Amino acid sequence: MKIKGKTWKFGDDVDTDAIIPARYLNTTSAKELAAHCMEDADPGFASRVKPGDIIAAGKNFGCGSSREHAPIAIKAAGVSCVVALSFARIFYRNAFNMGLPILECPEGAERIRTGDELEIDLDSGIIENHTRQETYRAQAIPPFMQKLVKAGGLIEYVQEQMQGLE
Amino acid sequence: MPKTISEKILADHAGKSEVFPDELVEARIDFALGNDITAPLAIEAFRRAGAKKVFDRERISLVPDHFVPNKDIASAIQARMMSEFAKEFDLPYYFEVGRMGVEHALLPEQGLVLPGDVVIGADSHTCTYGALGAFATGVGSTDLAAAMITGRIWFKVPPSIKFIFRGKLRPWVGGKDLILYTIGQIGVDGARYRAMEFAGELIDSLPMADRFSMCNMAIEAGAKVGIITPDSITEQYVSTRAKRPYKFYRSDPGAAYEAVYEWDLSNIEPLVALPHSPQNVKQVTQIPKTPIDQVVIGSCTNGRLEDLRLAAQVMKGRKVARGLRCIVIPATQQVYLEAMQEGLLQIFIEAEAAVSTPTCGPCLGGHMGILAPGESAVATTNRNFVGRMGHVESKVYLANPAVAAATAILGRIAHPGEVLS
Repeated sequence: MKIKGKTWKFGDDVDTDAIIPARYLNTTSAKELAAHCMEDADPGFASRVKPGDIIAAGKNFGCGSSREHAPIAIKAAGVSCVVALSFARIFYRNAFNMGLPILECPEGAERIRTGDELEIDLDSGIIENHTRQETYRAQAIPPFMQKLVKAGGLIEYVQEQMQGLE
Repeated sequence: MPKTISEKILADHAGKSEVFPDELVEARIDFALGNDITAPLAIEAFRRAGAKKVFDRERISLVPDHFVPNKDIASAIQARMMSEFAKEFDLPYYFEVGRMGVEHALLPEQGLVLPGDVVIGADSHTCTYGALGAFATGVGSTDLAAAMITGRIWFKVPPSIKFIFRGKLRPWVGGKDLILYTIGQIGVDGARYRAMEFAGELIDSLPMADRFSMCNMAIEAGAKVGIITPDSITEQYVSTRAKRPYKFYRSDPGAAYEAVYEWDLSNIEPLVALPHSPQNVKQVTQIPKTPIDQVVIGSCTNGRLEDLRLAAQVMKGRKVARGLRCIVIPATQQVYLEAMQEGLLQIFIEAEAAVSTPTCGPCLGGHMGILAPGESAVATTNRNFVGRMGHVESKVYLANPAVAAATAILGRIAHPGEVLS
């Protein structure tokens, strides 16, 4: 699967309160959450992000709370992939459970800047930066996560298992 | 092969003789929980999966605590989703307002999470129960939904890091300071994906309330779990509360750790994490006199009876400084009741502090104490990210309950000794 989009770059330790502030957690509506995505890190993000755009960030992206509203808000805002140096563990789980592709790529996280045009091959983990004429290799998605992605998310995976039991 | 406490608990729950760091295992869970922010999403996922029953109605708890008593209509609708789900599946451990408490104070207090358990909760501070010697970790709502259906969950076995605390603590230094010190040393991703194991003579004599505070904030260093070997202090806490049998695990001599830190903390003063990261840690004596608008004493980190006793000791017979608001939030109804019986609530009210029914409220900028632009708070809570307690231009300083109380009295960040000397 290939993804193409323009990049929004953020720094280290982007926390879930920055991704979706708790004051908006009184809803489960993906559309409402998306309207406030990244609000406390970049108030203009939600109104300017385009479908297919990519978020790049430094270390420990998604640290803090377990709120699944964070990957939901990012995905519903139209973001197609998050590339970071590293991810906080609950966010990592949640992103795959939600079907939001995320890639760990230290080299890309360092080199990519806001506005860069990226093309990402999710199967191989190859990231092409068309703006800078550079190529980075992200860590491959672990086999178990690939199973989740293939099923379409954790709920779909569980459904398959439940059908297996019947 | 010698194993850590985390590896031994996971192996037993995965039906394996041993597990290795970074191995993916599917483990049986002993208990699962969700709150009024995370459970609604989990309930939606549960229904989407087409599930008709929960794996075990006595091993699931739903606790409305974040936005309750309902702060607005949207929150009321979310809370009702939970209560209706609990009714439909006849869940005995749904705690309605009036019976609820802040989940991570409530469930140990009620003997629902126990030593040796594997616990998952759709709340990042689920790691609190590591203080009991449980493998407890936060997950998202969809993971909770799957666990409510199957009673199982997949884990990557975390490598363990051991933290050995030595020395004798100074007055007013406690578990909150030990964990702030740790996060200050290793950073907010210093234990990312790891199990933090707390040990050493300081931990051996540390009361349960302090152990809960420590393990509660393991997530603030990025950890999957924070865990303490259960001992006689644990036994004394759980024996009268436990709703089921429990088991003490301990790390084998010679178990493999990815890293070992050893610190003598005899000389530290109470610590404060400055805005906007729990790793910006300084001794309270090194911080310039900083005026404060609001003090919050409570939360899953420091809303237990022992915490309120410390605050009351500092505030007794004194008044909250003019120009400052002090909000005290007992973490559970039981804590509230005992604080009343001990006269602590009277001390707070006579000091002109506001005393609230249990809620997470202000900790996450939910309600019951939101900050205006430019305002600063000292809170006994666990996070001081940008905008955490209100406006994006407000600030949060994290501290222990005695420092928070001293700050409330003097109107600026203060050492408890400045009030009591």
